[in-house]
Amino acid sequence: MPDRRGVLELSLDGRRLNAREGQTVLQVAREHGVPIPTLCFLEGLSTWGSCRICMVEVGPQRVLRPACATPVVEDMEIRTESPRLRAHRRMILEMLFAEGNHVCAVCVANEHCELQSAAAQAGMDHVRLEYAAPQRTVDATHDRYVFDPNRCILCTRCVRVCDEVEGAHVWDIAGRGESAHLIADMNVSWGQAGSCTDCGKCVTVCPTGALFVRGTSTGEVRRAPDVVVRLTTARREHQWLPAGEGQ
Amino acid sequence: MNNRRADVRGHAEGDERFAAVDTHIRKTRHSQDQLIQTLHVAQDIFGHLSHDLMAHVATELRLPPSTVYSVATFYHLFRLDPPGEHQCTVCTGTACFVKGSESIVGKLSAEYGLAPGQTTDDGRLTLRTARCLGSCGLAPVTVLDGRIQAHQTPEGTLEQVGRMLDPHALLPEPADEIAPDDGRRAV
Repeated sequence: MPDRRGVLELSLDGRRLNAREGQTVLQVAREHGVPIPTLCFLEGLSTWGSCRICMVEVGPQRVLRPACATPVVEDMEIRTESPRLRAHRRMILEMLFAEGNHVCAVCVANEHCELQSAAAQAGMDHVRLEYAAPQRTVDATHDRYVFDPNRCILCTRCVRVCDEVEGAHVWDIAGRGESAHLIADMNVSWGQAGSCTDCGKCVTVCPTGALFVRGTSTGEVRRAPDVVVRLTTARREHQWLPAGEGQ
Repeated sequence: MNNRRADVRGHAEGDERFAAVDTHIRKTRHSQDQLIQTLHVAQDIFGHLSHDLMAHVATELRLPPSTVYSVATFYHLFRLDPPGEHQCTVCTGTACFVKGSESIVGKLSAEYGLAPGQTTDDGRLTLRTARCLGSCGLAPVTVLDGRIQAHQTPEGTLEQVGRMLDPHALLPEPADEIAPDDGRRAV
């Protein structure tokens, strides 16, 4: 007989569903095949909740909550689709595009980019904001990898995977607001960062073309972010999932 | 204790100021939660947070260097560059802004080639903005080397800064010194 402790009932886009206590809205939605776009979220890493693309409407008041960071509660009423949410997601995407220098046609991650596919899914065919066109210098000082800050959306996946999985904590975010940027060690070039183990986990979890293997050409990036789930599961439970089936 | 000493790299030999920082770190039992407070103490002692100093704090607290740098650059009260010999702070709070403090900042920036927060190459002048100094009745307000100047104009401030940097320079006669009781107070 199944254990009924900690089982909740809630409504997701009008469907009555069961969920387990401690799950997030995003986990429940994914279990039931309801798509919610995400950028900063990555299975296996701590929750950051900064990109705000996974917002859903909760309750009769339709309060906006980030699905990745909102635990489910009994009788929760969740909506993942509405004109307001579509407008909201599109605005976030437009702001991300306007903030950096995202030129898909010449990007190593073209057609393998989470930002690009989120924009395509949201139907973002143009950006209504003025492009900030910031001047940012590419860091190609590392022997194996390149960091192009023009394509960075500050999702902090690299910061978290380096800290939580590799344990090196090379990366962090310096500054704040529009001057916030990714740094290695004490704001040195990547090649000079003594704490870097050259493991490449940051590269494989990057949702855009900001981090890539040296020598990668346009559209050649291939990511394997499920490595995070494989490593954390193995460490926690001594269960080695086969490569490529982490999610 | 001696072991810990020997462990410190990038440490200016014999600089007693590092010992003062270490005293604070020992008092707080090398607690990583004390990072912000430790940086405050370090900045009080050194005047600014150099990379060496931040690296020292990181080593002593066993924190990643990037985290220390991240915290130091997040908070406005931490300075990474040494302050100049003379300081000019322009209030850009609401009242001063309405009274035209932006044009004072603009004038000084153009004259000395500085963005707010920067110091001239010769280390003579640091330009800062602050909001708010709490003296809104005197708007727009500047602070030159710790002295509050009321009812400023771009030209007037420029002249005062010029005199502050070079008291003996031949400059036009100062306009009437504006004291708080210059008759401009509301009746």
